[in-house]
Amino acid sequence: MELGLQGCELCGLLSRPAAGADEGSCPRCASELSFRKRDSLERCWACVVAAAICYLPANLLPVLTTTTAAGAESDTILQGVALLWSPTGWPLSLIVLAASILIPSGKIVALGYLLISAQRGSAESQAQRVRLYRMVKFIGRWSMVDVFVDTFTAALVQLQPLMSVEPGPGLFFFAAVVVLTMLAVECFDPRLIWDSTRRSEVQHV
Amino acid sequence: MNRVHNRALADPALIACPDCDLVQRLPELPVGASARCPRCDLELWRHREDPLGRTLAFALAASGLYAIANSVPMLGLAAVGREASTTIAGGAQQLWQSGQQAVAVLVVFTAVVAPALQIGLTLAIVFAAHRERPPRWIATLLRHQPTASTWSMLEVMMLGVLVALIKIADYATVVPGLALFALGALIFLLAAMQASFDPREIWDRIGWAADRGDRAGHREAPTAS
Repeated sequence: MELGLQGCELCGLLSRPAAGADEGSCPRCASELSFRKRDSLERCWACVVAAAICYLPANLLPVLTTTTAAGAESDTILQGVALLWSPTGWPLSLIVLAASILIPSGKIVALGYLLISAQRGSAESQAQRVRLYRMVKFIGRWSMVDVFVDTFTAALVQLQPLMSVEPGPGLFFFAAVVVLTMLAVECFDPRLIWDSTRRSEVQHV
Repeated sequence: MNRVHNRALADPALIACPDCDLVQRLPELPVGASARCPRCDLELWRHREDPLGRTLAFALAASGLYAIANSVPMLGLAAVGREASTTIAGGAQQLWQSGQQAVAVLVVFTAVVAPALQIGLTLAIVFAAHRERPPRWIATLLRHQPTASTWSMLEVMMLGVLVALIKIADYATVVPGLALFALGALIFLLAAMQASFDPREIWDRIGWAADRGDRAGHREAPTAS
């Protein structure tokens, strides 16, 4: 950016905007180019805040309702993890705990930290922050596990009138958290992490 | 849009790191070696062996397995003399009927549509790139291929299905279907396909958007011929 060059996010070509034009298009793939992703911080914040709001009902409302002859029972995500906990089943329970509780909450916190530090123009621990960004990007999809578990449990256990399993309202909010945090990561421009370096270097010169 | 095309630099090996924007020169690499950004350690490019041929092979195999995985039952259940079985789409259908339409759409998208797009787009790109003069529409496909692979979550679904399977096994007999085994293999094929795919090499083969504009003598023509 400080050289006045724009790298294409799609094809990777580095090019120079025509004189007087800030935003041109890539001569190779015709993508619209800009120095940074447009409104990256605003869009990312919007998704993170929406995800944090959905996070509450996702964990408080039941995701599965099991109906048996003895009556109906509703489970939230945390109760589902507890149900899986047994002398033989605990590794599985840990997987679900990590994917459904630790990853979504960790993602929201990590994205909030990345956003705030980028906004404040922090020049500290940039290498760690970009690693955190890549981790959030890589690991985020795995929180969909619980959605799939509930989908296929409900699809399979349809033994009316003996026993049936229905998805609960919490599932929608949980899926929303996963999608919103994934969108937030897509909106975040990691190059913002490094922009403060240039400013301070320029000041030294 | 009256955007003007940027001017490309004279040195095609100059690139900006996508994660930290550091401008650097990509070195000549032997096959199998990769270049990393000195500042943020992102892998910038890996010189793969025969990326087109290998990607094509993996994508063809993946499309076959995909067809199997989506057409035969994935899980069966037997309890108290009753039997039930479901496919991937069947799972989503049940969600839809239970009033969870939004989640059902998400499941179909991430487990059926996105993997199909990921395989289909990759196949089309690699097939077209094999031609002597690769057509311009490859650029459009290349634009959507990364999105399709981001939202294609077969490996996540596989883990979910296994967890569900063990959960149900407590009170019923679960029978893993053929689709489950096809899925297991498909996950590895998709990972291999994505790892051997080299967009940079394909971009190098495609004609430039700016050239086409010049030849036509005015701004960009609306469609490729």
